[in-house]
Amino acid sequence: MNTSNHSPSTCSPAGETKVNISGSEALIRSLIAEGVDTMFGYPGGAIMPVFDALYDHKNDIKHILVRHEQGALHAAQGYARVSRKAGVALVTSGPGATNAITGITDAMMDSTPLVVISGQVVSGLLGSDAFQEADVIGITQPITKWAYQVRRAEEIPWAVSRAFYIANSGRPGPVVLDITKDAQINKIDYEYSKTSFLRSYIPFPEPEVENIKAAAELINRAKKPMALVGQGVILGNAEKELLAFLEKGDIPFGSTILGLSAIPSDHPLNGGMLGMHGNIAPNMNTNECDVLIAIGMRFDDRVTGNLNTYAKQAKIIHFDIDLAEMDKNVKTTVKVLGNAKETLPLVTGLIEERKHTEWIEKFRQYKETEFDCVIKAELFPENGGELKMGEVVNKVSEATGHKAVCVTDVGQHQMMATRYFKSTLPRSMVTSGGLGTMGFGLPAGIGAKYGAPHRTVCIFVGDGGLQMSIQEFGTILEYNVDVKIILLNNNYLGMVRQWQELFFDERYSETHLKNPDFVKIADAYGIKGRKVTERKELDGAIEEMLSHKGAYLLEAVVETKGMVYPMVPAGGSVTDILIGNGRKL
Amino acid sequence: MEEKTLYTVTIFSENTVGVLNQITTIFTRRQLNIETLSVSPSALAGIHKFTITVFAESDEVMKKLVRQIDKRIDVLKAYFNVDDELIHQELALYKLATDKIMEHGSIEYLIRKYNIRVLEVSSDCVVFLKAGHYAETQGLFNELAEKIGVLQFIRSGRIAITKSKVERLSDMLSKREENKPEQLSHISI
Repeated sequence: MNTSNHSPSTCSPAGETKVNISGSEALIRSLIAEGVDTMFGYPGGAIMPVFDALYDHKNDIKHILVRHEQGALHAAQGYARVSRKAGVALVTSGPGATNAITGITDAMMDSTPLVVISGQVVSGLLGSDAFQEADVIGITQPITKWAYQVRRAEEIPWAVSRAFYIANSGRPGPVVLDITKDAQINKIDYEYSKTSFLRSYIPFPEPEVENIKAAAELINRAKKPMALVGQGVILGNAEKELLAFLEKGDIPFGSTILGLSAIPSDHPLNGGMLGMHGNIAPNMNTNECDVLIAIGMRFDDRVTGNLNTYAKQAKIIHFDIDLAEMDKNVKTTVKVLGNAKETLPLVTGLIEERKHTEWIEKFRQYKETEFDCVIKAELFPENGGELKMGEVVNKVSEATGHKAVCVTDVGQHQMMATRYFKSTLPRSMVTSGGLGTMGFGLPAGIGAKYGAPHRTVCIFVGDGGLQMSIQEFGTILEYNVDVKIILLNNNYLGMVRQWQELFFDERYSETHLKNPDFVKIADAYGIKGRKVTERKELDGAIEEMLSHKGAYLLEAVVETKGMVYPMVPAGGSVTDILIGNGRKL
Repeated sequence: MEEKTLYTVTIFSENTVGVLNQITTIFTRRQLNIETLSVSPSALAGIHKFTITVFAESDEVMKKLVRQIDKRIDVLKAYFNVDDELIHQELALYKLATDKIMEHGSIEYLIRKYNIRVLEVSSDCVVFLKAGHYAETQGLFNELAEKIGVLQFIRSGRIAITKSKVERLSDMLSKREENKPEQLSHISI
């Protein structure tokens, strides 16, 4: 799905024919042959030969030394999400590899291409409970697209070549190469060739003509078509193809959290975000439309709510590259298997130009309702009172001209950021969607800055999540990474607190946090910081943050018991929407 | 509890380390308990065949399961069938004490009734082999246990082939090879 086309490419470094080098040197050269110029890692005993080889290639590959392996993984994820390239992480055996597990799982859930290289004890010690030995393949098989243990130096170029092909092609995902220390040390005759074919793996299924026709026919008959845009569009670099399709059919759409930024926020057909804290219009109209067109999305439970009441009135068309997603959660009428970049234009060619003015008007009406009952108070509160999370997000978005990359952690601030941070450019939203990993934001933001060095990167974090990866301030210090960190501090694990308020009789069990002085911590790491409690300081502080050269922490002390609305309670119907103060839509 | 059907899953895979683990975790995640499992090299060199039986509620459950299995990189093809669509067999071995058999008298009728093959006869024990469906191997076990006594018993996992003419794996592979993009010379390792 990603950029890998099937053309054979010139990849052997400088036309070398066989040279006798160590497995580690072969690994580095193989990475360079795959176009790797940045990676994130942390050394340790079983990966030392690779770090030693890296020492000679400082000009070829920039290695970012993080402060915890989980940080390396999330940074590689952030890098991959904005750069259209696989992220690469390098960790040691045992605890190095197990610290990487959360990031690998997150990447699997969110289809992020990663190549994770872990050191392993020497092959003779495998299975002996050696020092820092862990069964990395056994642990990672269920959470990777492919996991392979390299025990012989000769296998290294072959394994790297396969790893990048698998990670990047089809539905992308993480790959683990677990390389024993002796394989890193032993000498081989090195030669590299890229992989473009595996007989057991069909990454790009051929579009089926009859399904393309059936989809177009349904769309042409539709009076109230609606599209659901998922990350598959972004992973397939099919944003333009999607826009052409939507505009020709005049089809309004909602985005999944990971599909955000595929189409600019202010596009007239853009109905906003789907799901639990999504916008009212696309959620309500899911159960109003007559044809529902899902594109590169997987009907996650946070999007669908109760499946028994989900879009029962609609014929459903599902575009996806992964057959296993078809009919997994929602029964579909037409399945269009394939890469959206290929399948969308085929359908666009067959659909008629339409205007659905009345239908689109229904989206506008719901938008207005949502503005009146939720957004207005969140973004434009009257003077006095505590800062609102939404207003901070909105002001930062506006100050960046809606051109920044928005990276989030997980929780209330994430929902506020995905709801209110607007985008005009693709690949502008980096967030942990499927796994919901707290601690993701800061390192993912660092990675995103390396992946898009010329863009402003705004990292929204909560006070809970920031402290799950706050050690990455050290990475910012070491490399002077210019990221703008906006901490929405309510001294609570806010999303859990919100559920306790709504569903657990306000019994706030273990959700209040006694927090440190974050600005002082930032200062200790050489990160400029400012704490804002008053509304009148906010604009100035944002201005200062964005004009500052280098990393900046803006701590906004927001209302302690802020809530994220609208909300479809877990397991409820998508039309069963809470809008605050005990009211339902 | 809903009535469950016995399904047979057939999987062709590359012969690489760890494929079985990848497959079984897919069953485990869905709370499907493997009844029988049989793995062996297939007719095609380098390709292994798994035959797995499992009780499940519906074709829908099986379809999702098989797609997840098929998605694994090392898996070439996975599909499922119900018993009507298959010729299937299990093998069973039964060890009985020779003196007990002698006490029992003639066993000719048993050998004829169950189509038993005798694999080994010694002064201590006799080993029978029976191929058949589960009910048949179990029927023989029950009868032997009741009348003579069984010292040891072992039954293999199911092996099966489909009755219908399905696309052969070799055809699928040659089609794949035809569509193969132009290759750079691959390193041999």
